[in-house]
Amino acid sequence: MADIAAPTATAAAGNRRSSLHKLVQRKSTIAFLMALPLILLIAILIVYPAGYAVYLAMLSKSMTKFVGLGTFEFILKRQVFWDVVYQSCLFAISAVIFKAIIGFIVAHLVHNIPLKGQRKWRGMLLVPWVIPPAMSTLAWLWLFDPSYSAFNWILAHFGIGAIPWTGEAGWARFCVILVNIWAGAPFFMIMYLAALKSVPEQLHEAAAIDGASWLQRIWYVNLPMMRNIIAITALFSLIVTFANFDIVRVLTAGGPLNATHIFGTWSFKVGIESGDIPQGAAVSLFMAPILAIAAAFILRDISRRGSEV
Amino acid sequence: MGFKKVSRRRFVGGTAALSSAMVAAPFVRGAYAAGKISVGFWDHWVPNANGATEKLIKEWGEKEKVEVQIDFITSQGNKLLLTTAAEAQAKSGHDILAMNTFLPARYADQLVPLNAEMEKLIADNGKVNETVEYLGKIGGKWLVIPATVGSQIKGPCSRIDYMKEYAKIDVQKMYPAGAEPQDKDWTLDTFMKAAEACHKGGHPFGIGLGTTSDCVDTIGAVFHAFGAVMVNAKGEIVVKNDQVRQALDFYKKLIAFLPEDVPAWDDASNNKFLVSGQASMIMNPPSAWAVAKRDAPKVAEQLWTHPFPAGPKGRFAPFLPFFWGIWNFSKNVPAAKSLLMYLSQASSVEKMVVASGGYDLPSFENLTKFKIWAEAEPPKGTLFSYPDPYHTQILSIAAAPAPHKIAEQIYNLGLQTQMAVRYFKGEALEKTLDWAANELEGYMRN
Repeated sequence: MADIAAPTATAAAGNRRSSLHKLVQRKSTIAFLMALPLILLIAILIVYPAGYAVYLAMLSKSMTKFVGLGTFEFILKRQVFWDVVYQSCLFAISAVIFKAIIGFIVAHLVHNIPLKGQRKWRGMLLVPWVIPPAMSTLAWLWLFDPSYSAFNWILAHFGIGAIPWTGEAGWARFCVILVNIWAGAPFFMIMYLAALKSVPEQLHEAAAIDGASWLQRIWYVNLPMMRNIIAITALFSLIVTFANFDIVRVLTAGGPLNATHIFGTWSFKVGIESGDIPQGAAVSLFMAPILAIAAAFILRDISRRGSEV
Repeated sequence: MGFKKVSRRRFVGGTAALSSAMVAAPFVRGAYAAGKISVGFWDHWVPNANGATEKLIKEWGEKEKVEVQIDFITSQGNKLLLTTAAEAQAKSGHDILAMNTFLPARYADQLVPLNAEMEKLIADNGKVNETVEYLGKIGGKWLVIPATVGSQIKGPCSRIDYMKEYAKIDVQKMYPAGAEPQDKDWTLDTFMKAAEACHKGGHPFGIGLGTTSDCVDTIGAVFHAFGAVMVNAKGEIVVKNDQVRQALDFYKKLIAFLPEDVPAWDDASNNKFLVSGQASMIMNPPSAWAVAKRDAPKVAEQLWTHPFPAGPKGRFAPFLPFFWGIWNFSKNVPAAKSLLMYLSQASSVEKMVVASGGYDLPSFENLTKFKIWAEAEPPKGTLFSYPDPYHTQILSIAAAPAPHKIAEQIYNLGLQTQMAVRYFKGEALEKTLDWAANELEGYMRN
């Protein structure tokens, strides 16, 4: 029996080894193993805090008992929360639209600069995007300072009265949106520039032979070729802009009269500064469904176009 | 450069000898026999002010044979607040942490009671004001010890020349250095007239109406001066009362005499307004004066810090105390208590006050007459009245006497300044009160 059993065991071990070998050699396994550090990092830095935020949002204000969805129910009845929803949507949507338009125009301008000088322009135009927003917003704060605004100083030279940049609701909203556009437009520009470079030159030549004007070339050649990049960039930017904190925090701290609070800053205000951590967590979680809906629409549109191709 | 080769026999012999020596050696008490503690203190605005605290802690550590790790944590960018929140959540961190205003109440369940220590300190240094008691004694237990470092009265800091020229008020005569105040006429009515006169003279008062602490503290004291309570001690919303209406009417009138941009002001705005030479008065501890002394000496020479004007219910001044608390997860509570007692002795307190140039204010009644306040200059005696040496003011905090969890939100969300701005901008008074009542209902959540 021993003589028979020994080769069987060896064969089984060999089979196990070979199946393990096959598993390791499989592309998907290698891909998974290579992505594992990133998956773990995301789990630790994103999944755990998000789960913890959900847990916190389900506690009472004193954090001593579980209240389920009670905090969410409470928030939905507060006028100030709906003001924050309105301001977050206004801030994010208007900023993304303007960033996209400015990015599109500047990308075309840079694309038409001869290659030799293009690098310098690209580098210079990227500066607002690469400076940490908390720092660059400080410079903007000095420009918009309630008492010593550099802009007001310039306006005074033209006989124009001082503008309450951060002291009046409308102007304060304008300021935070403007700074966000300034900081974010270069990202759109560089993405669109990359997309423009991948548009085959033959298409432009063919359009030119057909007598298309520059505007028609942009509209009928460039725009269709860039649609997916435009959609993806807009989605990324929408997510980041919705979740913005630093620009509003530094420039207006949500004021005046809460007129510039967005989800991030309001969440910090009620959660950390005012000691209602469950409410702060619940406010911040409201961003997730809004962004998920936006992402679903944009990604569905992209995949539909992909299948059409 | 050749290394001596160590043979196996030699190595075994050497280690055996060392082991025998270690076993045979008598026990020697280490320098850190009483353990370790870590403290997280507020990082002072005043340069080198941390030095005195650090020196005192080291002295205590050497005396008690305790190893102390000191962290000075800035309140810039809410770092101290975030550290406190993180340590409370993690139930781990410093043994002692500095906390201001409403934080002891927020973390009441996680702090070690300090009744015996406070009784001893009150017996030694005199009683503490009602605001310190309201903020530090929760449910009949002292949970923190009032810290000298960082505690401040945010009273008026006036320009001597502008007040004389435009408002016809001699602030030095009203609050003379080294003598009792002559302030019978220094009321909210006089204050309003002075605000109007200085505004007309082109040097308005600089009083912010944002939601940061300076803005909220000032309006809080004015509300108290009118007896205007929004939520009473039982937690009932009582905002729709005549005293609140009077306080808002007062503020509506006052805002017309302030710079237009005050709703956007933060805690730095009033300081800048004073140091730039534009303001006739701001409400601030002497940090603005100290900056002026360094950057604008001509302005500093004209500054005089003094008490608040009196209202119908008394002379209230905003007091912003800092505290030192011991977490209940501390592994060395006896050492932490001992350190806090050492730092609260009159001699230690004076060293900290001197190092801060008179900025820090002890909360104990008998510790308000140190030489530094009488001697600070320019001009000589400018800070004499800052610690309220004749106890003419009722030191207060905005939103008191509401239960802490409600008061904290009224304070941090700047409810009173928001009400004042809304009313000033044309909203009907009753509509403003309705809005405030609705907000307050939201703060009642448990």
